[in-house]
Amino acid sequence: MTTGESIEQLRAGLWKDNPGLVQLLGLCPLLAVTTTFVNGLALGFATLVVLACSNVLVSATRRWIRPEIRIPIYVLIIASLVTCIELMFKAWFPSLDRSLGIFIPLIVTNCAIVARAEVFASRNPVGASLADGIGMGAGFTLLLVTIGAFRELIGQGSILSRLDMILGGDPMAGITLIDGGWLLAILPPGAFFSLALAVAAKNVIDRRREAARRAHMPRNLRRADGATATRA
Amino acid sequence: MKSAQGIFASAATLTLIAAICTALVAATYQLTTSRISANQQAFLEQSLEPALSGVSYDGSITASKLVIPAPHELPGSDAAVVYRAYAEGRPAAALFVVTARDGYSGPIRLLIGIRADGVVTAVRVLEHRETPGLGDRIDLSRSDWVKQFDGSSMINPNFGGWAIKRDGGEFDQLTGASITPRAVIKAISETLVYFDAHRDELFSLPATGEGQ
Repeated sequence: MTTGESIEQLRAGLWKDNPGLVQLLGLCPLLAVTTTFVNGLALGFATLVVLACSNVLVSATRRWIRPEIRIPIYVLIIASLVTCIELMFKAWFPSLDRSLGIFIPLIVTNCAIVARAEVFASRNPVGASLADGIGMGAGFTLLLVTIGAFRELIGQGSILSRLDMILGGDPMAGITLIDGGWLLAILPPGAFFSLALAVAAKNVIDRRREAARRAHMPRNLRRADGATATRA
Repeated sequence: MKSAQGIFASAATLTLIAAICTALVAATYQLTTSRISANQQAFLEQSLEPALSGVSYDGSITASKLVIPAPHELPGSDAAVVYRAYAEGRPAAALFVVTARDGYSGPIRLLIGIRADGVVTAVRVLEHRETPGLGDRIDLSRSDWVKQFDGSSMINPNFGGWAIKRDGGEFDQLTGASITPRAVIKAISETLVYFDAHRDELFSLPATGEGQ
């Protein structure tokens, strides 16, 4: 696998095929825990680790696994990895574990993970699967962090509160920009509104980029796919 | 029949992968178990003092730890822990760490503070796996539900009142969750009954030392 291909994998996960924004997978944890930046980052990171490891394991064993038992095997691999991650959170980040609660064990049910195992890792070599896992995990984390920071800012008027849960030390209040906030953003409807805004923002950016690309092209080279077009 | 061989091959693969996965989890457990129990102990000790608000006592509560080995009449099937507080040598309050086994998903570890006269000072949920948004409101960080037990006792409300309102009791239920509050209420009332029956014995026993 070339470096160019891995970069393409990473870009697909982060933007073009972002599991949360485009594929709309893993919405349960996405909507439930993104009340603060720190919660989003922690759950996103845990998901990224599980996704990367499960992709590697599924890809490494793909030649020996008969297709009829592949789903139980994915479930075994993913459930074991999540249990390990949960134990590690309990050991090294106890307050984060309390804050995220049941959502760490529930990573098992994040359909983005089993989807990548089935769609990508079971058909591709280990290196490409690792890149895909990291890309998709990073894309999911990016979305969790964005929505978490947005909801925290609107809902509590602060950013980066309780950073101590990751870094250790005394409780930190974060940076308070406005005293108090609009409670709705923290409540479940706020999660749906924030996700809708994020999806809309992505579509607007994609459309602008597409329009800009077309505008820079000479008229006779404008084609539907634009693949061979170069600037005059 | 070519499928018989295939089935055995599949079973062997599944067994092998299951064994590897189990080994992975077991190794991680071995690696983390001492840190996890140290963290749980630290969190418990942090929660002890706030659970005794309004009670004055001498010395440290952790020094008066008493382990009640199973079987006992308290909720839970493993050993229960009691921390005792004394004021001028007289019993002031007891803090029970008990496990409600009949929660909706998994055990619920509770800290129950009871004053020497049998009045509940506070109830705190130490650990649970209840459904987010429904049963998890027993946790003080999610809602104030658990505060309604402050000031209750075996006679307040009276015997039939130790249930959720839907079951004819005095305590608020949680919308969409009834198994969780029932489990918590049952654990508290059982602890109160135990405290009433064993009060003098509890306060006179020597503290359980480390390693026992």
